[in-house]
Amino acid sequence: MELPVISSSAPAAEGGGCSSSGCGTAPDALAHLPEHIRAKVQDHPCYSEQAHHYFARMHVAVAPACNIQCNYCNRKYDCSNESRPGVVSELLTPDQAIKKVMAVAAEIPQMTVLGIAGPGDPLANPARTFETFQQLSEKAPDIKLCVSTNGLNLPQYADEIAKHNIDHVTITINCVDPEIGAKIYPWIYWENKRIFGIEGARILIEQQQKGLEALTSRGILVKVNSVMIPGVNDEHLKEVSKIVKAKGAFLHNVMPLIAEAEHGTYYGLMEQRSPTDEELQALQDECAGDMSMMRHCRQCRADAVGLLGEDRGDEFTMDKIDVMDVDYEAAMVRRKAVHDEIMVKLDAERGIVKPKPTGIPEGSRPVLMAVAGKNGVVAEHFGHAKEFLIYEASPDGVRFIGHRKTELYCGGMDSCGDGDVVGAGETESLLDRNIRILSGCEVVLCSKVGYEPWAKLEAAGIAPNGEHAMEPIEEAVMKVYEDIAATGKLLPQPETLKVA
Amino acid sequence: MALQITESCVNCWACVDVCPNDAIFQDKPHFLIDDMKCTECLGDHADPQCAAICPIEMAIVNELGEFLNPPGSLTGIPIEKLKEFGLWREAA
Repeated sequence: MELPVISSSAPAAEGGGCSSSGCGTAPDALAHLPEHIRAKVQDHPCYSEQAHHYFARMHVAVAPACNIQCNYCNRKYDCSNESRPGVVSELLTPDQAIKKVMAVAAEIPQMTVLGIAGPGDPLANPARTFETFQQLSEKAPDIKLCVSTNGLNLPQYADEIAKHNIDHVTITINCVDPEIGAKIYPWIYWENKRIFGIEGARILIEQQQKGLEALTSRGILVKVNSVMIPGVNDEHLKEVSKIVKAKGAFLHNVMPLIAEAEHGTYYGLMEQRSPTDEELQALQDECAGDMSMMRHCRQCRADAVGLLGEDRGDEFTMDKIDVMDVDYEAAMVRRKAVHDEIMVKLDAERGIVKPKPTGIPEGSRPVLMAVAGKNGVVAEHFGHAKEFLIYEASPDGVRFIGHRKTELYCGGMDSCGDGDVVGAGETESLLDRNIRILSGCEVVLCSKVGYEPWAKLEAAGIAPNGEHAMEPIEEAVMKVYEDIAATGKLLPQPETLKVA
Repeated sequence: MALQITESCVNCWACVDVCPNDAIFQDKPHFLIDDMKCTECLGDHADPQCAAICPIEMAIVNELGEFLNPPGSLTGIPIEKLKEFGLWREAA
């Protein structure tokens, strides 16, 4: 069935768009965007792959209530050792949130973006959410504001969002078909009733699409998040990507489902599997024909602080903030200097036309490489890397594909306090697991590799490489690609003769 | 006639915002309902609002101790599964 609100006959987006190959060689997935949009997002760590190496973000957990249930979410959210959306340790009042933001802004001048993302739905907590934005726009005018929502209450708050100068909104849209929606959302709270199943999903989808249109028509930038759930909405997300693009969303972020039994979610307990890294990447590549794809998302907590992929929340608990003395006027001057310095660096990076590898024979195949990197350089010891950045080298150049996490999301039920749920026995060593998540990669670049992992990596067909420590990642990847090309291994191999 | 909140409550504030009688207040370890103010939403809404928005099964009970949202009713997780993981109770 097709809803009137989601008909794909919506006006096509302006401009030539971007072919899936055209984006790959650009310095950023945002390179083809109209200038006025790019100017708004180029220093936003969550929207610009390039900027996320330099600028930091924070979330304040002022929005505990929610108005829908998602099968990948558990509303018991007090867990300090997990990093995933919907989880926080310390709920804040708007006044506490302001104090925290000012303290973080003074301590971490690179922090440019404040988001409200939960742990419930910000628009199901309108008073707490907008009070926070109101105070911040007065007291910390140099911080960009964003909000994430499930979209159910979005149409009614579009004007309020515009009024508070919030120019970035993320809507989580997992489907445009209510029958698929019913498999993701068991119920919604709507007009004073709990509405189950397909009817609930139909209303939610209708509100999300109306909300998306309401925002884009007001000039507010919209990113769409989708959770990829194998067998439920994976195929369907290609359709979602087309529709949200046609309605003016500027970026699509397809994220993998997180579903561990110990999280106690419906999907976790029902053993719904998560996509593999390869499946996620394949879907992102397919959607990329229609849409700018975000590939550097770290699926962070609703109270995360710092650069993407790191969380410095522990340094800013309320008891520590209470004794900090913040001079925000002075901090703003310092922040401005730091921001200017970063922008000079970013502009320089953008000005550089990305080089292509040399000496690559025609018909050479692309190669995936994993990099233990930090701040744009090959930096980490193989055994210390919390994540690997995945790059593809091809005759066209080097492009960032995504990241793969090496650590477990959660230490298990014992550390989460539920006790009742027994996690699956850990039979796989951490090293074996980390090698397994690198499947598909032919090389791993890091600053150093130990003897044992070296042997295991080679046995798994992944060449360890520690020769490019502290070199810029993309240059290092290209050099390694050129070295492989020189051995002739990038060309189609002749079939080996089988001797009977 | 009043509803009550059990220790299953996760303090998410959802019920506080939708109660037409302002009957729900913050307390330790969880929110409570003022039984002098609670009308079970009679005359205001078809369903008691706290129970209509509460995301946690077994968190709201009536005077008989019956769950307004019994185990499995909100998540759709089968009762056998809930029992397997020790997440099932018959009454408060």
